[in-house]
Amino acid sequence: MSSAPRLVEITDLKRYFDVSSPWLNRVIEGRPRQIVKAVDGVSFGIAKGETFSLVGESGCGKSTVARLVVGLYPPSGGRIAFEGKEIGEDRTARAQVQSRMQMIFQDPYASLNPRWRVEDIIAEPIHTRKLIEGKKAIRDRVGELLSQVRLAPADMDKYPHEFSGGQRQRISIARALAGQPEFLVCDEPTSALDVSVQAQILNLMVELQQKFGLTYLFISHNLAVVFHLSTRVGVMYLGKLVEWADTAHLFERPRHPYTRMLLDTIPDLDLTGRQRQPVGGEVPSPINPPSGCSFHPRCPFATERCRAEPPNLRDVSGSSVACHAVEEGRI
Amino acid sequence: MDTAVARVADWWRRVLASDVLHSFRSSRLVMLSAAVAAIYFSGAMLAPWLAPQDPFDLAKLQLLDAFTPPVWMEGGEARFPLGSDNQGRDVLSTIMFGSRVSLLVGVASVLFAMLLGVTLGLISGYVGGSVDAFIMRVADIQLSFPAILIALLIDGMVRLAIPGSRHTELAVLVLILSIGLSFWVQYARTVRGVTMVEKNKEYVLAARVIGVPPALIMLRHVLPNVMGPTLVIATINLATAVITEATLSFLGVGVPPTQPSLGTLIRIGNDFLFSGEWWITIFPGAALAILVLSVNLLGDWLRDALNPKLR
Repeated sequence: MSSAPRLVEITDLKRYFDVSSPWLNRVIEGRPRQIVKAVDGVSFGIAKGETFSLVGESGCGKSTVARLVVGLYPPSGGRIAFEGKEIGEDRTARAQVQSRMQMIFQDPYASLNPRWRVEDIIAEPIHTRKLIEGKKAIRDRVGELLSQVRLAPADMDKYPHEFSGGQRQRISIARALAGQPEFLVCDEPTSALDVSVQAQILNLMVELQQKFGLTYLFISHNLAVVFHLSTRVGVMYLGKLVEWADTAHLFERPRHPYTRMLLDTIPDLDLTGRQRQPVGGEVPSPINPPSGCSFHPRCPFATERCRAEPPNLRDVSGSSVACHAVEEGRI
Repeated sequence: MDTAVARVADWWRRVLASDVLHSFRSSRLVMLSAAVAAIYFSGAMLAPWLAPQDPFDLAKLQLLDAFTPPVWMEGGEARFPLGSDNQGRDVLSTIMFGSRVSLLVGVASVLFAMLLGVTLGLISGYVGGSVDAFIMRVADIQLSFPAILIALLIDGMVRLAIPGSRHTELAVLVLILSIGLSFWVQYARTVRGVTMVEKNKEYVLAARVIGVPPALIMLRHVLPNVMGPTLVIATINLATAVITEATLSFLGVGVPPTQPSLGTLIRIGNDFLFSGEWWITIFPGAALAILVLSVNLLGDWLRDALNPKLR
C-alpha cells in the first residue's frame, strides 16, 4: 500500500497461551489441553513517522500484539522485523532494537511505581542505558522532559500519588521519551482518562510525534480517538486482522461487516436519527473459536462458505479485507 | 548529599504522620511491650557495663556464695538481688548475659532466614516455571518437619562433621544457621505471593520494556513492596527463634555452658528446683517468658497496623 520504507514489519505473528488445567486434573478428569489463540497470524507494516492503529473489542488480542512487539512476550510464531532486520533470539541484538522502542501503558495509576519520585521514574531509562552521566545533568534532562510534556520541572521531587490521571500519563510519556525512542507502542493510553483530559494527551502525542519524528503503534477501542490520530487503521477480531486501510478510506468506506458494525456505534452530534444496527452478540471464546470465518455467528451476511472456510486478507479497492462476502461482491 | 538528607527528613516526616505511629500511640499495651523489649535489648547489649557482676570471670566467683537466696528472703545479700546459682554467680547478671546470647542468636537467625527466604521467594515468584516449582517443593518438604527437628538434625550433622573442641567455638554460629534454615519457608512463601502480584503490574512491565535487568527489577521495584509483610513475620519470628534457641539449649544441644543463654540457665537451674533453690531456674524462665511475650505483642500489633484490611 504505502511505498515508504517500513520501520516495523510484522509477519504472521502468533501468540498462544496455554490455559489448560494442571496435569493431574487433565489426566484424571480427562480434560483436554486448552490453548487460547490470542494472536493468530497477524501481519502488518508500519512506515516511519506514521501512526498505525489497532482497534477491536476487548479480548480481540490487540494488547497482546503491542506486548509482543516490545518483547514483553515471546511470540509463538511469526516474525517481527525492525528496519528490515528480524528481531530474533539473540539477546544483545534484541536489547539493541528494544532500546529504540518504548511503551506507554493503559493505567496511569499502575504504570508508575508508587514508591518512587517522579525524577527517579523518568530517569529510569537514562540510568539503565547510561544515556547521561552525572546527577546534575540527569536532573536537568528530567526537568527538560517534564517541560516537554507540559509539567513543571519542580514536579520531579513529588511522588506519583500527588498527580491526577492525566498528569500521570504525561509522566509516563516523559519516561518513554527519556529513552530517546523512535518507535512508541501506546496501549490504550487514554482509555482510563476523562474525555477532556484525553484530548489534551492526544494533542500532546501528536505534537511530540511531529517534533521528534516518532512512529506510533496505537492500540485503542475508541474509534473517535483512532480517527483523530492515525495514518492507517487495522481492525482486529478474535486474534486476526480482518481489515486494514488508510484512516480516511476506512472510515468512509468500511468493507468488512465487523468494521461497519463498529463504525455504526460511534455517536454523532448531528442527531440524524438514522437507524443504527447495534453490535449483536458477544466476542466468542478464543479457546473455541467458531469454524470458518470467526465472525460468522454475528454476521448478517454469513453463508455456508463463511461457516466452513476461513477468509484471507485480500486487496479490495484501497482496503485489505478478509471477508468472503466482500470478495464475492455480495456487499 | 543534600538530597540524601532531604530524603531522610522527608521519610521521617512521613513516618511521624503515618497511621502506624498513630496506632502505636493509641495502645498502652503496645507501648508497654515496646518499652519492655527496649529494656531487654539495651540491658543485653550493655550487660558488660550494667551487670553487677561478670559471671564469666572465674577469679571473682566464690563457691561459698553459691545458692544465696534472693535479697528479700532470709539469708539474701544485696550483692545478689535475685540470688546466686550453684557456682556463686549472680542470677541477675547471668540473665543479662544470657539474654545477650539469646537475643544475638534470635536476631541473627531471623536475619539469616529473612535473607534466604526473601531471596528465594523473589526468584521463585519472579522467574516462575520450573524454578518456582522446585523451590516451593523444597519448602513444602521442609514445612512437613517441625522447626525444632530440623534444627536438631542440622546441629547433629555439624557435630558429626566437626570435632568437639572446634564445635564449641562454632556452637553459636551453628545454632544461628540451623534455626535460620528452619524458618526461611514462611518468608519465601509470603514474598513469592507478593512478587507474583507485583510482577504483572504495569510499572514492572514498563521497567522490562526499558530494559532494566531482572535482578535490578526485583531489587528496586519488587523488594520495597515485600518489606512490609516480611517485617511482620520477622518480628513474630524473633520470639519463636528465641524460644527455639532456649529449647535447644535446654535439651543440651544449643550453646555451650561457657556462654549460657536463657535456655541453658533454665536447664542448669532445673537440677536444683526440687532441692528448694527455685530462683536459679524461675527467674531466667520468667525473663524468657516476658521477653517473648513483649516481642510477640509487638509483632501482632505490627501485623494489624501494616494491614489496612484489618482496621
